[in-house]
Amino acid sequence: MSELVTLTIDNREVKAAPGTSVLRAALDNGIYVPHLCDHKDLTSVGVCRVCLVEIEGRRPTVSCMTPVEEGMVVHTASEDLDKTRKINLELLVLNHDYDCQNCAQNSKCQLQDLTRYIGIDEERINAMRDPDLSWDLDQSNPYYLRDMNRCVRCGICVRTCEEVQGDECIDFAFRGIETTISVLGDKEILDSTCTTCGECVVRCPVGALVPRNAIEPTYEVETVCPFCGCGCGILVGARGDKIVSSRGIPDYPSSGGSLCVKGRYGLGFVNSPERLTTPLIRKDGELVEASWEEALSLVAEKLGQYKGDQFATIASAKCTVEDNYVIQKFTRAVMGTNNIDHCARL
Amino acid sequence: MAGLAITLGSGAMTNTIAEVGDAACIIVAGSSTTDAHPIIGYQVKKAVRQGAKLIVVNPQEVPLVRFSDIFLQIKPGSDVALLMGMAKVIVEAGLHDREYIEERCENFEEFRESLKEYTPEFVSDITGVPWDKITEAAKMYAENNPASILYCMGITQHSHGTDNVMAISNLGLITGNIGRVSGGVNPLRGQNNVQGSCDMGSLPNVYTGYQQVANTDARQKFEKAWGVPLSGDPGLTHTEIFDAAYTGEIKALYLVGENPVLTESNAAHATEAMKRLDFFVVQDIFLNETAQLADVVLPAASLMEKNGTTVNTERRVQRVRKVIEPVGDAKPDWWIVSAIANEMGAEGFAFNSAEEIFNEIASVTPSYAGITYERLEEGSIQWPCPTEDHPGTPILHTGKFNTPSGKGKLMALEYRPSEECCDFDYPLILTTERNLYQYHSTMTRYSDGLDLLSGGEHIKINPSDAEKLGINDGDLVEVKSRRGDLKVKAKITRRSQEGVVSLGFHFSECPTNLLTSSALDPLAKTPETKVCAITIQKA
Ligand code: SF4
Ligand code: SF4
Ligand code: SF4
Ligand code: SF4
Repeated sequence: MSELVTLTIDNREVKAAPGTSVLRAALDNGIYVPHLCDHKDLTSVGVCRVCLVEIEGRRPTVSCMTPVEEGMVVHTASEDLDKTRKINLELLVLNHDYDCQNCAQNSKCQLQDLTRYIGIDEERINAMRDPDLSWDLDQSNPYYLRDMNRCVRCGICVRTCEEVQGDECIDFAFRGIETTISVLGDKEILDSTCTTCGECVVRCPVGALVPRNAIEPTYEVETVCPFCGCGCGILVGARGDKIVSSRGIPDYPSSGGSLCVKGRYGLGFVNSPERLTTPLIRKDGELVEASWEEALSLVAEKLGQYKGDQFATIASAKCTVEDNYVIQKFTRAVMGTNNIDHCARL
Repeated sequence: MAGLAITLGSGAMTNTIAEVGDAACIIVAGSSTTDAHPIIGYQVKKAVRQGAKLIVVNPQEVPLVRFSDIFLQIKPGSDVALLMGMAKVIVEAGLHDREYIEERCENFEEFRESLKEYTPEFVSDITGVPWDKITEAAKMYAENNPASILYCMGITQHSHGTDNVMAISNLGLITGNIGRVSGGVNPLRGQNNVQGSCDMGSLPNVYTGYQQVANTDARQKFEKAWGVPLSGDPGLTHTEIFDAAYTGEIKALYLVGENPVLTESNAAHATEAMKRLDFFVVQDIFLNETAQLADVVLPAASLMEKNGTTVNTERRVQRVRKVIEPVGDAKPDWWIVSAIANEMGAEGFAFNSAEEIFNEIASVTPSYAGITYERLEEGSIQWPCPTEDHPGTPILHTGKFNTPSGKGKLMALEYRPSEECCDFDYPLILTTERNLYQYHSTMTRYSDGLDLLSGGEHIKINPSDAEKLGINDGDLVEVKSRRGDLKVKAKITRRSQEGVVSLGFHFSECPTNLLTSSALDPLAKTPETKVCAITIQKA
C-alpha cells in the first residue's frame, strides 16, 4: 500500500489513496459533490459535468476525472460553480419525463438528489422542451423495463455492460438532444445480445432502467445462489412468506457482487404454486396426499425389506453439504450398501 | 473427475475464480462459460480486456469465441488428439518448463515417447483443425504465463473423458502452470453443490473427503465413528444403478432432487428401469416427470428455506441461510432422511440442526477439520482446511501434489475415437449444450420469464447441412438416433460446424436424452452425451 495523499476539501483535511479521484475522495469522506455519470465500479468519463469543483490554482475542473494530489485545495461550492452546474444539469433533463410519483426510482433517484442540490428552473426547461421527442417504453424483457424518457445519458449502463459483464449489448445512438441508449439496430432489448444480467439495471442512477414488478423486501438474508457452481453470494429479500428480491453481496470473494440472470431474477421457483407441500403416497395407482407420520412409517417399513445391495440412492448436487452427508450416511450405515451416486458426472 | 485425481491427487479446481481475471492466457475447452458459469465468463472477458490471450476449444461456436485470439473448432470427440498435439508442439519447440518438470513431475520420458504418434497429419486429420493453427495456439499457451485452463462437460462427457482431462493436466504440468497464481487446470462444476456432494461422499467409492471405502483404515474409522459395520465394496455408479434397476438387481431406489426422465442419457431406458422398481421414493421440491413415477413422494425444502453449507466450484465452503420458512409441510432433506433412519431404529441420526451435522462432518473429514459455522460467519473458507487456525487453501499443489509420490504425473495417452460414429443411416453428430437461462432440469422452468428469455428449444444446424436436407429455419424436424427419436424446431446457424448439430437438455417437451448414448468412460463412468450419431428429416 503506497502512502495516502493529504488534501483539503472545503477546508477539511482528508486523506485518500493515490489515484483516487477528487470526487471519490470527497464522497468517501462524507462530502457530497453533485454527480451523475460516475460510478465507483466503472471508469470515469466526465460527461455530465455536474461534479465541477474549484481547485486552487486551476480552472474549474471535473472532479471525477481529477486524481488527488498532495496539498491540493478544493472547493466544492461557489456561485460560479452553481451557475455552471445548473446549465449542465438543464441540458441533461431537457426532455426528462418528470413523474416521480409513478417512477420506480422515486426516493432512490440520483437525479432527485441533484435537483435538490442544484435546483432547476422549470419554466426555462419547459420553454426549451421538444414536445415531439419521446421514446416508446421497452417492455420486451420479462425482468426489467427501459424507459428512455427518463434516461439522463450518463452512459453508466453502457460502461457496465462493457466493464462488468464484458459485453457490448447497448450503446449511445443518435446525437445532440436526440441522444439515447439503444441496442444494436435500434431493436427491442429482447432481440439483442443482452443476457439480462441486470448489472446495468442496478447501476442506472435514475428511473430509466428498473426491475419489473419490484417489491421492497422487509428484510434481507445473506446466502448463496442455488443455481450454478460459481456459488455467487446473494442477498435475498423477503416480505411475509415470499421471496421478493435478490442482489449481489458487494465484494463477495467469488462473485465480487455480480450476478447473472438466474441468481438475480430466477428465484421465483421458490414460491411457485406448483411446489410440493405435502407427502404423497401411491394408492390404487394414484399419488394421494398423506401425513408425514404415514409417509415416514411406510418408507421405513418398506426400506427395511430392501437392505443391502438391492438398494440404491441417487443423491443431489442441489442439496446442501449437510443433506448429502446424512443421505450417504443413511445409505451406508443403515441400508448397508455403497450404492450411492449423484449427477456430478452429468 | 477421475483424471485429475490420478495425475495431481485432487479432482477439484486448482485455483480460484477471481484469479482467472489476471491470467495472461486462458484456454477454455468444452465449456460455454458465459452460459453455464456466467460469473466466470465475466472473469474471462475481464482478462481479455486486460490483454490476456484467449484460446477457445469447442466443436460449437460458443459466445466467447467473439473475444478469442484463436478458435479451435474441433470435431467432437477429438480433444485428446488436439491436446496431445499441442503438447508435442510445446516440447519440440523447447517451450516446456524443464526445471518444473524435473523437480515436480514424473513419467516425462514415457509421456514424451507417446507424443510421437501425434504427427501433424494425424492430428489435423482427426481434429479437422490445420496444424498451423494448433502450433500457434500451443505456443501462445506456453509463452504467456500464468496460463489457466478452464474446462467443463464438453471435455468430461465422453467415453474417453478421463483421457481428455489427463491431456489437459499434461499441458498444465509441462508448462509449470499448476500451483501458481492465476494458472492451473480448472474443472468448472455444474450445479451449485456438485463439489460439496462429492466432498461428502455421495459417490459409490468414497466416504467424506475422498476417503476410499475399499481402504481398510478408512472403513474402520467410519465403522467406529458410526458404530456399525460397513461394506468395503464400492457401489454402483449413477448409470449402473439404472442398468441394475432395469435388470432387477436393484429393487428399491431413493432418489433426491433429480429428474432422470429428462436428464439421464438414454432416458427411455432409465424411465423403464424406474418403472420396474419394487419400491421407489422421490424427494424433491416439485412433482416433476420422475416424481410422477414414484411410490412415495416427499416434499423437500428449497435452498432458500433451510440452513446449511454449499461448496462452489473453487472449493469454497459457504453458508446457506434460511430466508423464509419452508412452504407447506416441506422439510429440509437432512431432516427427512434422519427421520426415516430414526423410524427404522438407527442410531446416530438424532440431528437437531445443520450445524450439528456439520460438526460431525468436520470430525471425520480431514480437509474440513478446521471449519466451523462460527468461522463461516466471518467468511467462506476454501478446503483443505485441516485445523482451526488454518486460513484455507485458495491454490492447490503450490508445494507438492497430493499423489502418493508427491509429484504430478504426466500421462502417455493414446487417441481413441468416440464409441459412436456416424454412418450412412445416422450421418450427423449430435452434441448437447446448455442454455444460460435454464439449469439442468426443471428448477428454472418454474421461474416465470426465464423460459421466455431462453426462446424455447431448437436443434442448431449448419446452413450447408440444412440445405442438403432441405430444411428451413423454423421448420419442425424429426431427429432420430439408434436409441430414440423426437421432434423439435430447427435453427439454422453458422455456430454449428458442418456435420454437427446441437440441442439443449432442459425441456420436457424435447427430451434430448432420449437420443443420447450411455457408452461409459471406463474410469469416470461418465455417459457419452456429447457425441451421438443421428439423422434428421423434415417432420
Ligand atoms: S428518474 Fe428520478 S427524477 Fe425522473 S421521474 Fe424517476 S424519480 Fe423522478
Ligand atoms: S439508461 Fe440509465 S444508466 Fe443508461 S445512460 Fe440512461 S440514465 Fe444512464
Ligand atoms: S442487462 Fe446485462 S447484458 Fe443486458 S444490457 Fe444490461 S449489462 Fe448488458
Ligand atoms: S448468479 Fe448466476 S453465475 Fe452466480 S451462482 Fe447463480 S447462476 Fe451461477
